[in-house]
Amino acid sequence: MAGGQAVKAYLDLLSQPSRAVLIFLKHNKIPHTVELVALRKGQHKTPEFTKLNPMQKVPVLDDNGFVLTESDAILKYLVTTYNAPDHWYPKLPQKRARVDEYTAWHHGNTRLHASTVFLQEVIFPMMGQPTNPAKFKKALADLDSTLDILENMFLKRQAFLCGDDISLADLLAVCELMQPMCSGRDVLKDRPKLQSWRSRVQSALSDSFDEAHSVVYQIRQKFTAKL
Amino acid sequence: MSLEIYLDLFSQPCRSVYIFAKKNNIQFDYKKISLFEGYQYSEEYGKINLLRKAPAIKDGDFCLAESVAIMLYLAEKFHTPDHWYPADLQKRARVNEYLSWQHSAIRIHASKMLWFKLLIPKALGVEIPKEKMDNAIEDLNASLNIFEEKFLQDRPFIVGDQISLADLVAIVEIMQPVGAGMDVFENSPKLKAWKDRVRAEIGAELFDEAHQAIIYAQEAVKTMDPKKMEHFKPKILKYFLS
Repeated sequence: MAGGQAVKAYLDLLSQPSRAVLIFLKHNKIPHTVELVALRKGQHKTPEFTKLNPMQKVPVLDDNGFVLTESDAILKYLVTTYNAPDHWYPKLPQKRARVDEYTAWHHGNTRLHASTVFLQEVIFPMMGQPTNPAKFKKALADLDSTLDILENMFLKRQAFLCGDDISLADLLAVCELMQPMCSGRDVLKDRPKLQSWRSRVQSALSDSFDEAHSVVYQIRQKFTAKL
Repeated sequence: MSLEIYLDLFSQPCRSVYIFAKKNNIQFDYKKISLFEGYQYSEEYGKINLLRKAPAIKDGDFCLAESVAIMLYLAEKFHTPDHWYPADLQKRARVNEYLSWQHSAIRIHASKMLWFKLLIPKALGVEIPKEKMDNAIEDLNASLNIFEEKFLQDRPFIVGDQISLADLVAIVEIMQPVGAGMDVFENSPKLKAWKDRVRAEIGAELFDEAHQAIIYAQEAVKTMDPKKMEHFKPKILKYFLS
């Protein structure tokens, strides 16, 4: 186990993987302090932050001098170092393999496609680049295929993506799927099975989920007020 | 119960799994499949892996996709030497950090090179527009810079003195552009030295055997039937639309 003092988490709650890390820290009562890195203000590009993380991304974990990037690596490190309940990242090899399978697939699928929808609908217009209808249609179609796989291959008849209990997979997935909410878009609108899954995840995470997602709700309010 | 491993060595993640299993003398039933021929879309393969990608394993009744997950599972099951995936939590975290980052970085940019320089011209008979090609090369170089400056630094291997899954996953990806005649190692002595170390650790014979398909890709493509590449059209169009 590292140091003895609280870990430092460099985050921006606008960032989906940042939210996953914060929710995990809070939910599991892991002593931590939060350093806010405002992406909108370019704080991830300062020389100081770049020294900490040359990739200029959040989240970053600093555990008493041990600096780690990449949310899935951070979460796996936290589970094992701070002895979080087994269901988050089971020790049993076949159960663990299911979580590893999801976290690998997540990058090029859930994360990529949900954030593309968000970027095209919310961020690019904010930066003066209107949404391109053809590209956006394609982005929605890609996300749709991803949701098909989430439902039919991962979730199936289980309560959670990798089994009967919530795991890191559900945490990472739900934060990504919440991002398009910024424009009031519920990507699970026509998918009752995934909606039930999301409710179960939200229930399991209770307060820490809503607290972490407050920024999403705020942006949604401003976005929908403009329409 | 036997372990079946479904592989097409043209694919980078298949090579890492193949090398890992062979290097560690893991007994397995080698199921050679052809992605170009579209086997991943068969009903048969759908029972193994609904993602319809390679590699995949079937260990008794247990099916698993995603090369990273597969190697972690095999490392645990077959008690492979610690250096591949260290028990030390901080070293392990460093391996996980690389394995995570590479999905959206080197894997994407290195893959693109083979498509842009070799397969798309062959499948569609079109050359990639210069600007797109230049951007793709720039993206790859940017990833390789981060690889050298953040992940490798002055160490012999990514996590320290010994080879790990991080190096294995990195090398198979960075070898991919070689198939299109693009040797990225030439531009960087540091990268070349690391490659030589990795190849030596794996064993030159195993390394070269695994990379046969990619080293002779330019030859193989000459005899490839473009009609068989129809099912890759959606993927190819994706490259053009992005």
